[in-house]
Amino acid sequence: MKALFAKPWIWSFVAAVSVWLATIGVTGGASTVGLSQAALTFAAFSVLVGIGQMFVITLGPGNIDLSVPATMALAGTVALKYMDGQNGLVLHGLIIAIFIGGGVGTLNYALIKALRIPPIIATLSMSFVVQSAAIWTNRGLRIKPPQVLADFTTSTSLGIPNIALVALLMSAVAWVLLHRTPYGRWIMAIGQSLPAARMAGIAVDGNRFVTYLFCAILAAICGYLLACFSGGAALNMGSEYLLMSIAVVVIGGTAVAGGDSNVPGIWGASLFMFLVVSMLNTYGVGAGVRLIMTGVIIITVILLASGRKDAIR
Amino acid sequence: MRISTDMLRIAVPVASLLLLLAGVFYLQPRAMSYNGLNLLFNLAVPIALATIAQMLIMAVNDLDLSMGTFVSFVACVAATYLHDTPILGVLVLLGAIATYAALGVIIYLRDLPSIVVTLGMSFVWGGLAVLILPAPGGTAPEWARAVMISKPPLVPMAIIASVLLAVFAHLLIMRSSLGVLIRGVGGNQRSVQRAGWSVIAARASAYALAACFAVAAGICLVGLTTSADANIALRYTLLSIAGVILGGGEFTGGRISPVGAVIGALTLTLAGSFLSFLRISPDWQIGAQGGILIIVLAVRLLLNRLESKGGAR
Repeated sequence: MKALFAKPWIWSFVAAVSVWLATIGVTGGASTVGLSQAALTFAAFSVLVGIGQMFVITLGPGNIDLSVPATMALAGTVALKYMDGQNGLVLHGLIIAIFIGGGVGTLNYALIKALRIPPIIATLSMSFVVQSAAIWTNRGLRIKPPQVLADFTTSTSLGIPNIALVALLMSAVAWVLLHRTPYGRWIMAIGQSLPAARMAGIAVDGNRFVTYLFCAILAAICGYLLACFSGGAALNMGSEYLLMSIAVVVIGGTAVAGGDSNVPGIWGASLFMFLVVSMLNTYGVGAGVRLIMTGVIIITVILLASGRKDAIR
Repeated sequence: MRISTDMLRIAVPVASLLLLLAGVFYLQPRAMSYNGLNLLFNLAVPIALATIAQMLIMAVNDLDLSMGTFVSFVACVAATYLHDTPILGVLVLLGAIATYAALGVIIYLRDLPSIVVTLGMSFVWGGLAVLILPAPGGTAPEWARAVMISKPPLVPMAIIASVLLAVFAHLLIMRSSLGVLIRGVGGNQRSVQRAGWSVIAARASAYALAACFAVAAGICLVGLTTSADANIALRYTLLSIAGVILGGGEFTGGRISPVGAVIGALTLTLAGSFLSFLRISPDWQIGAQGGILIIVLAVRLLLNRLESKGGAR
């Protein structure tokens, strides 16, 4: 029990469960299943982009991928446009989305490496270009996703939303990558000290490149699924995931300074962020108060997290 | 004559601005008039103010992800309270500036990541803006409107405002002892502390000054648009960071250039117009800003390489 409470990610789950209880307490348990399924679905999208962002943040201070929303928009738009509502092209669409993610990730790291600019600025410049490409291909079109995909993303298996199952699978892969492969050790080492990692003979450039690639591909997959889930790609569909992807990583107990990450916390934080919004909605609070509460919660969490670090010392 | 690093730092942004301006004039000679210049640079004034604000935060090695929502919040306050009940409006804005100063202190005392704290604050400012102005509207204070549309003889208002801002910011940050202190905190916090200065006071004043410039940005923006909206300035977060970097500033070490930051903001604004004069579809406007950012950084890297080669000889 004590070991469990020492985990950095446990608090995001404690928070998520208490908000969940507070919400169904008000509704009298009437919408428990609906609320839980909705929470799992929407959390799954945050988890997908959050995992990618987490790997990038692991690399150390200054490493953040700001091109996530633009990548989501471009991948969603192009994939839907190619599939054009035909069920037979579902896999092709997914492969296109992954290629777009791969392209953006490669260019991101090419900029970081070739121009030696901080990752924030490199991914920011890249996101401007990618966003423009998305606007250019989208042209206000709203193409319906193939029926198979629309059904898949909006339905459940054994009571659990399919999207959540996909995110769970990706989380498992991410956990294995982070904790059970040399790659995970390497990026943690890079995040803790880049010069030390380099001296220890770790291929710093290769590992950083793979990480940015991974993050962009996850964002692209998320964009593909989100476009199908919401019945069409929209240019602004990724915009809320820029701040969300950073917030869930931090609230989930991953060190912002890098070098110390965990996967489960992203789930707790994503569920928490969605449940807070639905709790405040249930209480009939307006949009303004809801935003303020979200901000206050993020700041409180980071204050508490810093206090915990002091206690350990 | 030996070219110093500082001069080189400012040379690239100046050259890129002049090049863009020459391009615009070549494509559309009519822009070379009083009204033409005013229209080209009108919207650059609030962006330049926000860029100076972001630069002050970056001078102490932090980053403000809430700049856009804060300017939007100020715009909403300016279009409502500041217009209807000026005293209350001034009090609200002073409170906001005090909040910024407090944030600077808290981030330092608890050793928090500024990115996450300002991320949280961006939700708070956004929520407050929605509460103040749930739907677009409000009225700009008459004096703000009068200043922004005034037509001084010979030189357009937008140019005068930009030059005044550049000179004022230069004197304040590069020439005053407070400015030196703030940049010193960014350069080496410990040595500033050992020299007997209060790091808390320096950080608080850096954040408060940044808030003052951001408040000015919001009021200017409302003066131009005559009414406000809770999402009016969301782009400013990324634009202000890009402007600082474009103008020769860096993320760490207190290495900043106020004149460069103003020029960076003007360049980013001009990039959009340049493209529309080229008759390239407006879809690519954001992309052009990204492209220009990449090109300028590439040129700067090249110049730095040449310089270090020259130094080694």
